[in-house]
Amino acid sequence: MLDVYLNQIVSGVLTGLVYGLSALGLSVIFGVCRIINFAHGEMMVVGMYLALMLFRWAGLDPLLSIPIVGGLLFAAGYALQGGLINRLIGVPEHMQFIMLAAIAIVIVSSCLMIFGPDLQNAPLSYAYDSYQIGPILVDKVKIMAGGAALAVAALLAAFFRWTYLGKAIRACGDNLTGAVVIGLNVKRLYALAFGIGAGCIGVAGCILLLLVDVQPYLATDYTLLAFVIVIVGGLGSLAGALIAGVLIGVSEAVAGLLVQPSLKSVFSFALLILVLLLRPQGLFGRQA
Amino acid sequence: MSALSVRRLSKRFRGLQAVNSVSFEVPDRGIVALIGPNGAGKTTTFNLIAGAIRADSGEISLDDLRLDRLPPHRICAAGVARTFQLVRPFGELDVADNVLIGCLHGERDIGRARDAAREILEKLGLWEQRRRLASSLTLPDRKRLEVARALGTRPKILLLDEVMAGLRPVETDQMVAFFRAINRDLGITILLTEHVMRAVMALAQHIVVLNHGEKIAEGAPQQVVRDPAVLECYLGEEAV
Amino acid sequence: MIRAWLAPIPPRARILLLIVLVLLLAAPWFVDTYVLSVLIIVLYVAYMGQAWNIMMGFAGLLSIGHALYFGIGAYTGAVLYMNFGVSPWIGMIAGGLLAAVAGAIIGALGFRFRITGVYFALLTIAFAEFARILMDNFAYTGASGGFFIKLGDPHAFDLWNLRGSPVMFYYLWLAFVIGALLLCRGLLSSRLGYFWLAIREDQEAAQALGINVFRYKMGAVVLSAALTAIGGVIYAFYNNNLFPATTFNVGRSVEMLLGATIGGVGTLMGPIVGAFILTPMGEGLTILVQPLQQGGLHLDGIKQVFYGLAVIAIVVFQRRGVWPWLARLFHLESRRDDRS
Repeated sequence: MLDVYLNQIVSGVLTGLVYGLSALGLSVIFGVCRIINFAHGEMMVVGMYLALMLFRWAGLDPLLSIPIVGGLLFAAGYALQGGLINRLIGVPEHMQFIMLAAIAIVIVSSCLMIFGPDLQNAPLSYAYDSYQIGPILVDKVKIMAGGAALAVAALLAAFFRWTYLGKAIRACGDNLTGAVVIGLNVKRLYALAFGIGAGCIGVAGCILLLLVDVQPYLATDYTLLAFVIVIVGGLGSLAGALIAGVLIGVSEAVAGLLVQPSLKSVFSFALLILVLLLRPQGLFGRQA
Repeated sequence: MSALSVRRLSKRFRGLQAVNSVSFEVPDRGIVALIGPNGAGKTTTFNLIAGAIRADSGEISLDDLRLDRLPPHRICAAGVARTFQLVRPFGELDVADNVLIGCLHGERDIGRARDAAREILEKLGLWEQRRRLASSLTLPDRKRLEVARALGTRPKILLLDEVMAGLRPVETDQMVAFFRAINRDLGITILLTEHVMRAVMALAQHIVVLNHGEKIAEGAPQQVVRDPAVLECYLGEEAV
Repeated sequence: MIRAWLAPIPPRARILLLIVLVLLLAAPWFVDTYVLSVLIIVLYVAYMGQAWNIMMGFAGLLSIGHALYFGIGAYTGAVLYMNFGVSPWIGMIAGGLLAAVAGAIIGALGFRFRITGVYFALLTIAFAEFARILMDNFAYTGASGGFFIKLGDPHAFDLWNLRGSPVMFYYLWLAFVIGALLLCRGLLSSRLGYFWLAIREDQEAAQALGINVFRYKMGAVVLSAALTAIGGVIYAFYNNNLFPATTFNVGRSVEMLLGATIGGVGTLMGPIVGAFILTPMGEGLTILVQPLQQGGLHLDGIKQVFYGLAVIAIVVFQRRGVWPWLARLFHLESRRDDRS
C-alpha cells in the first residue's frame, strides 16, 4: 500500500516541477509587469502545439525543441507586450482582464482552427519505459520532464541572480520609480520580462507534451492551476513557484488516490481559498 | 460640555514609536493647534483620533463617548469630521454631489440634504462652481471642498490636517477667517495640525507641541513660541 | 411621476429610448426564429451584465465567478420544479436567497481578510470552480451527466411554470431587463446610490463621512448575487438542460461580464449597450464566416478569433467602455448643469 502512495508522490513531484515551471512564467510576468496573465494556459497550449509540430515535421523530441519553442514564445511575448499590453499598464483590472481573456480567446480559436478539437499527442519511443528504483516505479517520461523543468528553472534563476539584465528586470519589479530614476529603459525591460515569462510558459508546455495529450480547451484548467500555484507559493518568489508547484502536483496525485479522480482539483482550490484568506502573500512571498 | 479628550495615546509602527503617551484636551468650542517638526507624530495622532488607525493604548473621548475602539464611520457619527492632508475629493463627481454626500450623513431626505449642501457651498464660495468636476478644481478650491464636505456631516469637532499647505497668504487669511466664523457662529470645535505658523498664530487659542511622538510643550500661542524646548526642536540646539 | 423620472434624460435620448423600446416590443412579429433566438441571447447578456455590474460598478469588486450564483439559481429552480413541483417563480426566490447567502459569505470573507483587486477575483473563481467540481460529482442533480427539465407544450403560455414558446421567453427577458434597469436607476439616484458612488471613488474618504463601507458593499454584493441567480432560473427553464461544466465554468462568468465591461462598467446603460454590440457581432461573424467553412477550416474557431480581436480593439480604443463614448458623441446624457 505504501508503495502505491510513494509512486504517486514521486509522480506528483515530477509533474509538479513542470507545473512549477509554468507558474514561474506567470510569476515573472506578474512580479515585474504587474499584469495578471489570464492567457497563461493558452500560451502553454501554444507551446504544446509548437512542440507537436516540430515532432511531426522534424522528428524532434519535445525536450530538444525547448530552445526553439522557448525562443519563439519569447519573441511573441516581447512583441505582444510592446504592441498591445503596454497600453494596459495602469488601466483598471477588469479591463486588463478582458484584454487578456480576449487574447486567450484568439489563441484558443486559432489553435482550434488549425489543429481541430481532438486530443493529439506526440508518440515517443520511450513513452512506455519506466525505471525501477527500490519499491518505486517511475515513468521515464516523467523523470525527463521533471528534470528538464528543473534545469530550465535553474537557468532562469541564474539569469535573474547573476546577469545584469536579470537584475535590471527585478529592479523594475521591485521599485518602478527607482528603476526609472536610475535610467533603466523600463519599457524594454517590461517587454523582456513578458517575453521571458512567455518563453518559460512555452517551454513548460513543450515539456508537458511528454505527459499530457493536447487539445485547445486544455488551457483553462492550466491557467487556474498556475494561479493557484503562484498564489500559494507567493507572487514574485521563484523558489516559491517551484515548491508550490511540487506541492500541488503531489496533492493532486495523492488526492487521485483518496477520492475520485474527478474531484482531485477540489483540494487545489480549497488550498487557494485558504491561502488567499490566511496568508495572501503565499508561502514565500514578501509581506504585502 | 463637548470636549475632546486624549489621554496617554500611544502607537508603535514596527520599530518606531510614532506616538508616545500623548495627552491633551480640546475644550468645547475651542480651537487647538497641534504643531511640531516633520515626523513628530501629528498626522498619526490625527489618524488615531479619526479612527483610521487603531491605537496601541490610551483613550480618546468626545464628551463621555469613548472613540478609540470605534470604526471611522461611527466616529463620524459621534460628531468628528476630518479633512485629509492630501486632499481626497470624489474626483469623478461634481462639487455639489461631493458636499451632498457629506450632507446625506444622518439625513435620509435627499431634498433636505441638497438644501443643506447649498448653504454650505454658498458659505464657502463654491456655489458658482457646483457643477464642475471635483478633479478639475484648483488646489485651494479642492481644500475648501474638502472642508465643505466635512461640514456637511454636521460635526461637533472638525479635525483639519495641514489644510493651509500650499495656499498663498491671501488664501490662508481667507481660510482663517472662515474657520473663525464657523467656530464663533456654529460653535464647532477645531483641532488642527499645521506647519504654516501664520495660520496657527491667527487661529489657535491653545497650542500643543509634539516632537518624536511626545508632547514637549503646550500653552497659549505667545508662550509656546518662546519656549526653549520648542525652539530647540525646530531650530536645533545651537540656534537656541 | 413619469415626467419626473424622465426629466434628467435629454429629449434626444428619450426619443431614441422610445424607438428602441417599440422595436423591441414589436420584434417577435416581424423577425424569424433565428433572429428571435439571437435577441433572447442579447437580452440575457444585458440582464446578466446589469446584475454583475452592481457588484463591480457599485461596490468596486471584480468578480469572475458569477457563474456560481447563476448556477445556484439555475439548479435550485430546476430541481424545485422537477422534484417538488414548485413554480420557478418560487424557485427564483429560493435561488435568489441561496445565492445571496453565498455572495454574503464570499463578500464577508473578502472584507474580513482584506482581499481586494485581483486576489478577490481569484477567490471568486476558486469558489465557482469548487462548486463546478462538486456539482460534477453530485448525483442528486445528475452530476456531470446533467439535469433536465421536462419539456412542456411549445405553444403554451404557462407563465407560472415558465413552459412556453421562445416568444414568451423573449418578453420575459425583456421585462426583466427593463425591470433591472429601473431598479438600478432607482438605486443610483437614491441615498444608497450616492454612498455607493462615494465608496467607489474613495473608500477611506467615504468612511470619514460616516458611510458604513462594509454594509453598503455587502448590500451590492448580495443584490448582485440574487439578481444573477434569478436570471439563472429563467435560463434553466429556457434551455431545459443544465450541465455543471457549462453552468459553473469560468467561460460562463466571462460571458456575463464581457458585455458590461465593453459597454462601460459602473454606468447604467453600459451593460445593455455592450450586450447589443457584442451578441449581434458574434452572430454576424458566424454568417460572414460561413463561406470560409468550405475551405475546411473549423468554423467556430474563425468566428471566435474575430470576436476576440474585436474585443481587443474595443478595449484598446475605448478603455472606459463604449457607452460613455457614445453618450458624449451624441449628447445622450444630461449635462450636469440641467440638474439643480
